[in-house]
Amino acid sequence: MNPADASMLAPPAADHAPNAGSLPRLLAGVSDDGGRVHVERHLSVHGGLPLVGGRRSWRRREESPLVEEVHRAGLLGRGGAAFPMARKLQAVAAVRGTAIVVANGTEGEPASEKDATLMELAPHLVLDGAVAAAEAIGATEALIATCEIDVGAFESVSLAIEERSAAGIGGSDEPSLRVVSAPSHYVAGQETALVNYLDGGPALPTFTPPLPFERGVGRRPTLVSNVETLAHLALIARHGARWFRALGTPAGSGSTLVTLAGPVARPGVYEIALGSSLASLARAAGGTTHEVRGALIGGYAGAFMPASRLRDVALSEEHLAPHGARMGAGVVSLLSTDACPVAETVRVARWMAGQSSGQCGPCVHGLDALAGELERLAQGAGSGEGRLDYLATVIARRGACGHPDGMVKLLESALRAFPEEFADHARHGPCERCASPPELPLPARPVSGERRRSRRATA
Amino acid sequence: MSRRVRVNPIACEAHGMCAELLPERITLDEWGYPIVDGEPVSGEELAHAKRAAQACPTFALLLERQG
Repeated sequence: MNPADASMLAPPAADHAPNAGSLPRLLAGVSDDGGRVHVERHLSVHGGLPLVGGRRSWRRREESPLVEEVHRAGLLGRGGAAFPMARKLQAVAAVRGTAIVVANGTEGEPASEKDATLMELAPHLVLDGAVAAAEAIGATEALIATCEIDVGAFESVSLAIEERSAAGIGGSDEPSLRVVSAPSHYVAGQETALVNYLDGGPALPTFTPPLPFERGVGRRPTLVSNVETLAHLALIARHGARWFRALGTPAGSGSTLVTLAGPVARPGVYEIALGSSLASLARAAGGTTHEVRGALIGGYAGAFMPASRLRDVALSEEHLAPHGARMGAGVVSLLSTDACPVAETVRVARWMAGQSSGQCGPCVHGLDALAGELERLAQGAGSGEGRLDYLATVIARRGACGHPDGMVKLLESALRAFPEEFADHARHGPCERCASPPELPLPARPVSGERRRSRRATA
Repeated sequence: MSRRVRVNPIACEAHGMCAELLPERITLDEWGYPIVDGEPVSGEELAHAKRAAQACPTFALLLERQG
């Protein structure tokens, strides 16, 4: 695409184009008291969504200019896998048949709140992103999937769809929009599980191929994309790739939402430039309120890092990779020195084992064995290191989905981050901090009627 | 044409027939589920692999064409 096309994509919305290098982007217009961005405020802050130059169906082979713009922006998925969004759009658009968009806001990570927060506070950006993506790939329908316990997100997006039509946005040309409430267990948001659920089946992962992009909801080519990724897409459609890249790093462009938890003055959801330091994030949250022992980065399929490595680390894929960590779903859970990292790991491991969907033998038996081995270690029954290594090797890559692999990576990172603590427990059993109140959040079994509602977001 | 042996872990119920019929490529873990190497199979081995796939009571052993 040449620059002239790019300017067509981002029409002279000069009065709406915010300073490229400044934050907030996604959370612009959210009031200080965490107020929701209703449709009028959305339009006054961001302007309307420009026509993205989509194709009306897969029969028209030419590619939407938005796909090229997203490619140049370098937008990576914000749901955990950091997959290049442009490649995903291209893959779906290339498959025969009328496509469908699934905006994935199910957010199965217990420590993550950013997707529910985004949908609750800025639902119109998510809808704009779903519409822009749908037009770019010739989809006629977009489903927005929320988690059943995030009632606030469901209601906000539902209201936003009503506000759109009342405000005369879209019209008959626009893809149809619908919100769906999905189950809350850990693997329910895995893309094949979500597609399975939206098709009337259980929210359990399926064997691949076919992947959703080839045959998904209603056997149609299906774009499953995280809601935050789509919200970024909505801004790229307005302001272009160059604007998007004014924040972030070359490999990790743009801003991103993180859920910061642990001993800080104001835990919550923050929008940061990719590549900004963890220290600056902690400062934005009012600083730490307790000495920090380490952190869980990414989520429960992420990685632990010890405090010694947190001081200088920056939050982006390329900065985290040398530490064996990833941005994942943007979770940054700090552990205080009151917490026992061994006890925290054991609790998460047991919970993850319980979140196996029960379909694949190596996951069902392997995760249970792994959690049991860790529990014995924590009780002082010796390191059992050979056994842990053996189990990790046997389990990895043998499930239909990535759940067992995520748990293996988490445990390996815990052993790497806190070697002395693990050795000490293996020899002497529980420490005095083992009885401390748990710091990493773990939902009880989803109870119907349980609701997450109040959210705080800061840019 | 070379093929690759793959297990559908959702369909697999640990009957273990595959490891008996194709021991060169398939071992069982401690719970009885097959561990396959991802190497291509061809020639005489391919015949054994086909027999193993046909013998699986849950059709969980697949012979995939190499990409």
